[in-house]
Amino acid sequence: MRVAMLGLGSVGKGIAGAILERDIGFTLTAVADSKSGRIEPSGIDIASMLEQKERTGMCGTPGVGAVDILASDAYDILIEVSPTNAETGEPALSSIREALCRGKSVVTSNKGPVALDFQSLHRLAEEHGAYLRYEATVCGAIPIMHTIESGLAGNPITKLYGVFNGTCNYILTRMAEEGLTYQQALLEARERGYAEADPTYDIKGIDAAIKLVILANAVWGMEKTLDDVEITGIDGVTTASIALAEEQDLTIRLIGEIIPAEGVLRVSPRIIPKSHPLVVGETLNAVAIDTVMAGEITLIGKGAGSLETASAVISDLLFIRDCHGRRS
Amino acid sequence: MKLEMKDSPGQLVSVIQPISEIGGNILSVIHERDPAVRSDVLDVQILCEIPEGSLEPLLARFKQIGVNVLRIGEERLLVRRSVILIGHLIHTDITDTIDTIDSTGFAEVHALSMIMPAINEPSSTKMTIKSDSLANVNRALDILRDVARQKEFLIIEPLEDV
Repeated sequence: MRVAMLGLGSVGKGIAGAILERDIGFTLTAVADSKSGRIEPSGIDIASMLEQKERTGMCGTPGVGAVDILASDAYDILIEVSPTNAETGEPALSSIREALCRGKSVVTSNKGPVALDFQSLHRLAEEHGAYLRYEATVCGAIPIMHTIESGLAGNPITKLYGVFNGTCNYILTRMAEEGLTYQQALLEARERGYAEADPTYDIKGIDAAIKLVILANAVWGMEKTLDDVEITGIDGVTTASIALAEEQDLTIRLIGEIIPAEGVLRVSPRIIPKSHPLVVGETLNAVAIDTVMAGEITLIGKGAGSLETASAVISDLLFIRDCHGRRS
Repeated sequence: MKLEMKDSPGQLVSVIQPISEIGGNILSVIHERDPAVRSDVLDVQILCEIPEGSLEPLLARFKQIGVNVLRIGEERLLVRRSVILIGHLIHTDITDTIDTIDSTGFAEVHALSMIMPAINEPSSTKMTIKSDSLANVNRALDILRDVARQKEFLIIEPLEDV
């Protein structure tokens, strides 16, 4: 199958590498980064394209962009992996809409558009016989969507809760283990590349809340937005408060929760037993799915990283390939 | 509970020990000797708090050591819930915060443990609220949440019943 890719940052490069190295049956026919693009319906030589990107910072010809690629009809699936914009979702939102309107399936790692416009994007996909997949938007490499959709098919989900932000988890872990202050732990997270220069989205709980919105809308068909989430970040958590918790073998973690029956959609720092499965170290994510028949299932894995995100995107591509033609 | 035991040295200790062994807390011991009744048995009333689910093992232990349990008073469930408060707790009148809970009549602040770093920096406090039912503990927590909003401190609640 032919795929076009918008965005060639670390995630995009990881996906291109996987298409090149693993024989999974996809041909990359178009790619665009922020400055350039290229369209080659017979298939792009990925190795030389990546080499050019490395050397010049551009993957193709200046002036060729998303609009040209979307209109080209040289692809069956669009991979949208450009940087996310949580406020407007653009330019990714327009690209995804355009592709779906053309009947092309879309795989994205971009949280903004999926969180902002979930129901209408789904309607568009349905109307045009296309798929919209977004496994990579929630918990990186953890196959949460596939688990709920396929693995737990037929199981009503009563509650979802977990650690949805690796940056916060790293900071809280370091405060607990080493007695670092919040500021020290944040600085360390930045030095190690786990936190952005502006860490607001992570530490205020907004990133975790966006993931809850996506899950609420995807799993229960809700029509939630970021404004519906009750959010408390970790920037007020003190080292002393964690020390108080540790006296009783407890600790503090940033937990996101969706409990539809109680109307709970919340991100907040919580006291939790250190032996609880959600207490994971470093930048890991963990999510517990409470089901009617299967009981509770907890998934733990890497929530970020280029290869990890690429893994989720690839699994969505394979899902669409395997289902191709079933939806008519 | 009211217990009947042999009136011989060391017997009182033998009933108190099992209570502390199961993690119980003795609130009062009434040990009356009625001079009108000459008997070789002794009646003792003990008021104690014991962990949930430990009453049956305790009764079995008493039976084993030959202590007769005459009567068990009202068994009241005790629920404790600890939360952590971060903020300027002293400056926002911690006595008032505690009174807000204690004056409800259905819950009380049972323990308080505070770490105060430098002046002007927020202090961190672990507050344990005690009540006779989960519903009442939750009612008290609702009140505490309101206080936290008014006095602008962060309240960190347990994910599960801890």
